[in-house]
Amino acid sequence: MIRHRRFEIRIAGYGGQGVVTIGKILGTAFSVYGGWNSVNTQSYGPESRGGACRSELVVADGDINYPYVRKADVLVALSQEALDTYVADIRDHAVLLIDPRAVTRLPGTGAFRLVRVPTVEIARQTGDIKCQNTVALGALYALIADMIDEDALLQAIEGNVLPATLGLNRAAFEQGKRYVRSHFAVEK
Amino acid sequence: MSPDRSTDLLKPGVHYLQGAQACAEGALMAGCRVYAGYPITPATEIMEHAAHRLPRVGGRFIQMEDEISSASVLLGASWAGAKAMTATSSPGFSLMQEVISFAIMTETPLVIVDVQRPGPGQGYISTSQEDVMQARWGHHGEGSIIALSPASAQDMFDFTIEAFNLAERWRTPVLVMAEETVAHMRERVVVPPADAIPIVNRTTPQDLGIPPQSYLPYGHAQVPPMAVWGQGYNINHVSLVHHADGNVTRYNPAVHLENVGRIHRKIEDNVDAIARLETRGLDGCRHVLICYGSVSRTGIEAVREAREQRGIPIGFIRLNTLWPFPERRLRDLVPEVDAVFVPEMNLGMMIHPVTEALRDRCRRVVPIPSLGSLHSPGAILARIYEEIP
Repeated sequence: MIRHRRFEIRIAGYGGQGVVTIGKILGTAFSVYGGWNSVNTQSYGPESRGGACRSELVVADGDINYPYVRKADVLVALSQEALDTYVADIRDHAVLLIDPRAVTRLPGTGAFRLVRVPTVEIARQTGDIKCQNTVALGALYALIADMIDEDALLQAIEGNVLPATLGLNRAAFEQGKRYVRSHFAVEK
Repeated sequence: MSPDRSTDLLKPGVHYLQGAQACAEGALMAGCRVYAGYPITPATEIMEHAAHRLPRVGGRFIQMEDEISSASVLLGASWAGAKAMTATSSPGFSLMQEVISFAIMTETPLVIVDVQRPGPGQGYISTSQEDVMQARWGHHGEGSIIALSPASAQDMFDFTIEAFNLAERWRTPVLVMAEETVAHMRERVVVPPADAIPIVNRTTPQDLGIPPQSYLPYGHAQVPPMAVWGQGYNINHVSLVHHADGNVTRYNPAVHLENVGRIHRKIEDNVDAIARLETRGLDGCRHVLICYGSVSRTGIEAVREAREQRGIPIGFIRLNTLWPFPERRLRDLVPEVDAVFVPEMNLGMMIHPVTEALRDRCRRVVPIPSLGSLHSPGAILARIYEEIP
């Protein structure tokens, strides 16, 4: 029984931000095109009422037994409520990717790497605030580029967005990626 | 019915699917061309996917007024020669018991998926394994049942195909006892080429060269050949105790025993051909953990950690088939052990047949219950460490 590498990503915000779609795209990229295993789950039922929305991805290079996130390696928080709810469940030195326009109160303590990306603003400049999620996805990709090829994500985007919005979503992904690469020290 | 456009089936290769979608796709792959259903959380996604996909493969989808009628549609569809399925969740599964009983007695192949949620009553909409006893004992009267327990999106695809094959092979209703956990998670699903997927179709009287005048709808073999309505074979479709020809008059206890005894034995006598289980680390083990469904995912994780962290010699068994219960296989596999752990998402249900099977093989059987949520590996591990300090 070999110990496998396990990586946990949690994306949270409110309904309509495309949080569930990012989870599906990431899962498809890792599992279909990236050679990893992944399990994607999402909030549902009463917890998904009232606006809050969550999508999770467990990635591993072997079997994934327990399918849920225990301590996130990456938390993408697109709303203040999302950050407040999930910041306690991150691993030490986790990446905390936030939109500074939505998340203004940060925890005073805790070991994490903060990455601020104005996703709505970038999406607006790209053409439509509805592609906020693919901006966030591009930003997230720039932070985990050592795990997955860009092509895998682009193929997964193609399979999970409406054909008419593909160009816009690709552009949004590119802008999110560029923003992180130009503002933060990341491996390319 | 429009021609079978099987080219519209899921393409071979790697897909990323929700368990519910994988289940519906597995049904189509198995040849299911009729789906009747009534929506209920957390099973609705199966119905939605079936509604979307069946017309594309030349099938029929119908939303019925409730679960009883949904299951009843399967009876008619099956006797008309189609493979048919419905999916529901626990409260709806209660309602379907009447049809399950009828289908057992009329030996009608059909597939019912129960995406279990907690009860009793409306309970809650999270995950559960609280219907595993209802699967076996919920229908009135005697007769046995086949029930499978998937643990992944891949299983939802594979086990649904297997469910149809078993239904056709044994001429009986087959239950896929899914859970919210497996129905809602998205995972990689690998689809083999269609010609690499074994598909079983029911034996007809024509297959055996039996002409209409000598056909017995409930005779000829332990699993009788099944005629299709409208092909010249007279069929008394009857759930009263009946003779091999379907006649319900001239009742006597011997006919009753022959009729219902055969329906029971065709499943129970063939438990080794029907039931499957998976094992790991049983060689030299002094304890064993037995589980099924999504709990087997955390179960194997806990077993691995107990072995790695504390060197506890604990083995692992996953029941892929819940019913018929593989008692003999279990007794053959499990040596003399100290503790048997049975984690379940209920207050202790399959622990009963496990205890009966291993009554003289172990010193104690330890339940590890959870209601409404999947055990974390840590929760199972904590209980193991409590028992084996």
